[in-house]
Amino acid sequence: MDEKMTTQEKIIRYAILIAFAIFFLIPMYVLLSTSLKSFSEVSINTMWQLPDSLSFEGFREAFTKLAPNVLNSFYLVIPATLLSAIMGSMNGYVLSHWKFKGSDTLFALILFGMFIPYQSVLFPLVQFMQTIGLYGSIPGLILVHVVYGLPITTLMFRNYYQDVPEALTEAAKVDGANIFSIYRHIFFPISIPSFVVVFIWQFTNIWNEFLFAVSLTDTQSQPITVALTNLAGSQVVEWNVQMSGAIITALPTLLVYIIFGRYFIKGMLAGSVKG
Amino acid sequence: MKRKHKESLTSLAILSPSIITLAVFVYGFISRSVQISLLDWDTFSSFMRKAKDYVGLENYAGLFREARFQTDLWNTLYFTLFFILGCLAIGILLSLILNNKPKGGYFFQNLYLFPMAISFVVTGTVWRWIFAPGRLPDNPRGINLLFEQLGLDVFQWGWFTSTGNFLGFNIALVAVIIAAVWQYSGYTMAMWLAGLRGIDQQLIEAARIDGASKWQVFTKILFPIQKPITLSAIIVLAHVSLKAFALIYAMTGSGPNNVTDIPAVYMFEATFRSNRYSTGSAIAIVLLMMVGLLIIPYLVNSFKEE
Repeated sequence: MDEKMTTQEKIIRYAILIAFAIFFLIPMYVLLSTSLKSFSEVSINTMWQLPDSLSFEGFREAFTKLAPNVLNSFYLVIPATLLSAIMGSMNGYVLSHWKFKGSDTLFALILFGMFIPYQSVLFPLVQFMQTIGLYGSIPGLILVHVVYGLPITTLMFRNYYQDVPEALTEAAKVDGANIFSIYRHIFFPISIPSFVVVFIWQFTNIWNEFLFAVSLTDTQSQPITVALTNLAGSQVVEWNVQMSGAIITALPTLLVYIIFGRYFIKGMLAGSVKG
Repeated sequence: MKRKHKESLTSLAILSPSIITLAVFVYGFISRSVQISLLDWDTFSSFMRKAKDYVGLENYAGLFREARFQTDLWNTLYFTLFFILGCLAIGILLSLILNNKPKGGYFFQNLYLFPMAISFVVTGTVWRWIFAPGRLPDNPRGINLLFEQLGLDVFQWGWFTSTGNFLGFNIALVAVIIAAVWQYSGYTMAMWLAGLRGIDQQLIEAARIDGASKWQVFTKILFPIQKPITLSAIIVLAHVSLKAFALIYAMTGSGPNNVTDIPAVYMFEATFRSNRYSTGSAIAIVLLMMVGLLIIPYLVNSFKEE
């Protein structure tokens, strides 16, 4: 299948691949080498050099400062991911196999929420959360992420269920199964791969999210992304601590990517291309 | 018929939590933002009084007259343009090379994609340190230092601290664009790669036998086939760039003379830092309309195809 390539062409190809690999790895190099330096060794003049000796001072301090926020992020991300996936799956199921008059329009109206810039709802949202007493709390942020996650999770599951033949639902109906038992015994079991994709997608997005997190939380409830930007706000910027903090922030989603890469890419493509 | 009716009701009941919350959180809140943008709630006291003094489109008119907002619009335009071009050029180039399945291709593919898993906040933090570490100096060291050590002094400049401007393009944005392209070009690569894998190789072989050059194969065969995918990628990337709030916030802030300011940052500051609720809401609605201009033709088009 591969065309015959001259050696020269091969060299050019690999040169391009390696050049870009370096470009993609520069931030990783800076992150790692800076985070492993001691505070006394962190200096702009030596920023491109590897540390003289490995020091975990930065990591220790970043972790002491950020541990509560890491926990906040987990308390936020796990329930929000589960809830938005389960609700999206039910929605997708109904909107693909139990259509009714106007259900397609309803689907389009749900989908609209995926495309809005969240600035357009932000201020009323903050006021609303204050009114119902959920401002500055993790449950409040969970609610927000579940609601604004519904359009994408509904879309992903609907696209998945649409490929399930209608005859299957009809046959089950004839056997006396109802809407819930058909979901539980047929659709839920076959959609495990789809759940994995949606879990990973939602986990990554909610973990990385910043706008809602910074607008709706106080010092107690800040997720890790907000706490990381606040590390920079202090008087003396300890770059080893900040780079360690950045690594701590990136690590959970990076691990998910490394372990479940295939599903991550599926979600990324499904999140953007219809069908 | 009865049964059908009951079924619809059950369906609606399952959907109702989503319908109700989205009705409030999307449609309700957007309407509220529109309303606030038409009031004169630009001071804390007028906001507290909750007076319904409509001023029509005055907040919008004021906004478009403001130097900062005009800068923001230029910044958005150029940022979006170069961000998309950068992601497309790099993504397509890499996908073409990787589609030939070179040895180690899988490794490179995974490497180019990992920034997609990282938060814009992390990206911003790291690239800030790379371009201009420490308190913003007059002469940012960082990557300039690396160029100096490599003897490439010609590449040294002010990066995102630069206030240079070329046809409305604030060159400080180059630094932000590099960071954003670093994060998202893997996405274009993955999209193109997924498409390329579906193309019949015989088509390309036949064209090659007929004497078509590789460039002709790209422009006359691959690119036209991949047009829908490219279009989707452009839409998603444009959408990302309008939301680049977190990246700018973590990396540069508004910058001197707002050289790296975007409407999303201005909206946040107006609303939560200076109590100009109506101005903030007006910016938010302008953003919504910009996204609408982009998304609606695309959605109408893809629904028609369905």
